[in-house]
Amino acid sequence: MATPDVPVERPNVRSIQFWLMGLLPLVALVAVIALFVSTNPVSIFSGDVPPVEVLESQRLVLDDQGFRLDVLNSGPDPISIAQVQVDGAYWNYRFQAGDAVLDRFESASIRIPYPWVEGEAHEIAVITATGVTFPFAVDVALATPEPSARQFRAYGLLGVYVGVLPVTLGLLWYPFLRRLRREWMNFALALTVGLLVFLAIDTFEEALELAAEVPAMFQGESLVFLLVPISLLAIKLVSDLFRSGDSRLLLAYTIALGIGFHNLGEGLAVGAAFAIGQVSLGTFLVVGFTLHNITEGIGIAAPITTKRPPLYHFVALALLAGGPAVLGVWIGGFSFNPLLAVVFLSIGIGAIVQVVYEVARLLIQDSRRHEESALNTVNSLGFLSGVAIMYFTAFLVV
Amino acid sequence: MSAANVKRRQFILGALSTVLAAFGGSRLLPSIDAAPPRQSSDGHGGSHSDGVFGVVGEVDHERNGFHPSELLVDFNYGDRVYEEAGRTVREYNLVAVDKEIEIAPGLFFPAWTYNGRIPGPTIRCTEGDLLRIHFVNAGSHPHTIHFHGIHAAVMDGIPAMPGMLFDMVGPGMIQPGDSFTYEFVAEPFGCHLYHCHAIPLKRHIHKGLYGAFIVDPPEGRPEATELVMVMNGFDTNFDDENEVYAVNTVAFAYNNDVIPLKVGERVRLYLINLTEFDLINSFHLHAEFFDYYDHGTSLTPTQRRVDTIMQCQGQRGILEFSYQKPGMYMFHAHQSEFAELGWMGMFHVTEEEHHGDA
Repeated sequence: MATPDVPVERPNVRSIQFWLMGLLPLVALVAVIALFVSTNPVSIFSGDVPPVEVLESQRLVLDDQGFRLDVLNSGPDPISIAQVQVDGAYWNYRFQAGDAVLDRFESASIRIPYPWVEGEAHEIAVITATGVTFPFAVDVALATPEPSARQFRAYGLLGVYVGVLPVTLGLLWYPFLRRLRREWMNFALALTVGLLVFLAIDTFEEALELAAEVPAMFQGESLVFLLVPISLLAIKLVSDLFRSGDSRLLLAYTIALGIGFHNLGEGLAVGAAFAIGQVSLGTFLVVGFTLHNITEGIGIAAPITTKRPPLYHFVALALLAGGPAVLGVWIGGFSFNPLLAVVFLSIGIGAIVQVVYEVARLLIQDSRRHEESALNTVNSLGFLSGVAIMYFTAFLVV
Repeated sequence: MSAANVKRRQFILGALSTVLAAFGGSRLLPSIDAAPPRQSSDGHGGSHSDGVFGVVGEVDHERNGFHPSELLVDFNYGDRVYEEAGRTVREYNLVAVDKEIEIAPGLFFPAWTYNGRIPGPTIRCTEGDLLRIHFVNAGSHPHTIHFHGIHAAVMDGIPAMPGMLFDMVGPGMIQPGDSFTYEFVAEPFGCHLYHCHAIPLKRHIHKGLYGAFIVDPPEGRPEATELVMVMNGFDTNFDDENEVYAVNTVAFAYNNDVIPLKVGERVRLYLINLTEFDLINSFHLHAEFFDYYDHGTSLTPTQRRVDTIMQCQGQRGILEFSYQKPGMYMFHAHQSEFAELGWMGMFHVTEEEHHGDA
């Protein structure tokens, strides 16, 4: 037998008691923390335990003055920098910013006048007062590029080659795509899904790889896993706001945005390659990305073949998808920061996944209308072709 | 830097480079001039910065409780010296204490020491003297003192083995708070050493429990300026490699406080190797040659006119030389690695001062 519901009385008036009840746990929390800090019951564990020291490199600059190493104490205890070794020899240094004693999350800039040898490897080791050594490797010693108008232009042009140019070239297929029959149009859309799936996986790998270089306190890997769904939801919410308008054009913009974030990541790779002096590598990265990214234009153009948007939309789409590559090359070339890269790439993954969902929905709607399976031969082949094109053109850049 | 990232890409790109070069792709691209090719044509690019090696800052010798310049010439002929049955008796007090030592500016090593210094006191006597070394272990771990010399098994200062009687191995390891007096007649004459032989041996030695033990021949040696140098190293991060090398503990100590010598004066250098983890250590004298007496157990040199000798751990010897010209002269291990990690110093040689009438 069910017991009769007892109506709980909910007072309508928000009395002082109401607010007090809300505050009570917080007040109690403060009290508990104060008690813990004042009595310090864990002191029993920390008797003679040596401090935990974590020192991470934020940036290593090579110039004709030698090295400049920016370090961050990301461990729980203060660190006192005692000496600096370069290639297994004690070397003179001075602090350009900060000083020898670094509290938690404090950073310092160490200037080391060292005659490094171009094209060879070096290792800097920072030794703390307790004798812990933190090695920082220079894989290939080359002068770090310094921002100048000329450099800026040159890097920007690289970004154009990697991003804007291929996307624009891809968009030139638009008139061709428009004249395709329905099945082949679906093939193009399925191909878009395939190449986006590839991009999502590739970007995800890249993000995780970079996450390992992010200082531990920022929890790089968690950041990737958290930012992907957040960006997915955010982009979904934003695009829902505009859904009342032209949903196909909106979809093209969303695709362009996702691809834009992805190209930002590629720009970072190219910029970093040039910055650490791998010019021949950088050159072929550029050519590779140009070939690789040309299909992205098809992806953007595919959903809008049934419309005929004005030309400026195409310009905007090309800039949205390709422009971030320019930004990426600048960042990668002048001040590579793994944390920033991880954030951008994770947002990109979310955007791409969201786009995959939208394009797949278009295909499903269309197949329903024609009473056929969404996984028909044409769509399946399109998807496979998309993945295959990306996979094999990636040979140029992996 | 995403260097790893880029490296991964480099692999396949190498193979593709020829194909892509045919496209002329590289000619279309902008040139980035601050990032030159891997190897410039002369192969000597890079920074020509005039930086110098060495440590930054100064060691607080007062806090350490000893100054390397004093260790050089600090010979302990006995805390108590007396005659007993026609024999000279010398008593020494050695106390094992845990102590943090600043081995390079700002770099602290949690050491185990004899009498709060590394190396421990330089015990000096004459062949045939009776030595009584009162050892107190005030440290946190069991320790011993093992002398290199001729003596009875009970005075050898090794850890006791299970089932072995006292008269076979002596008291074994001296526990914290305990004490023991090692007693023996000093022989043979030479340049010797003592060190803790507690187990694990490697750690007990490299933590700092060692010192010089010099036994003079009964007839003495010719007049000379005498110096003691104990070559040592410190592994500060427990990777079984030394982060700091030195003579008498402090990295580059005799670069900062150069050792004054006079032109023409005879210098006798007692050199002992107690470096752990490395097979050998060495001594190289700049701009002069020396005679070398391995172990110091003979009155004639075992090697004449050399400028570099090497010693394995526990090996030692006497170097005799005199400088002919004034100037600053370097001495260091001729393992460049050790030299640049602290085992390096300078002799400052000046003309003999003229006294009285000119």
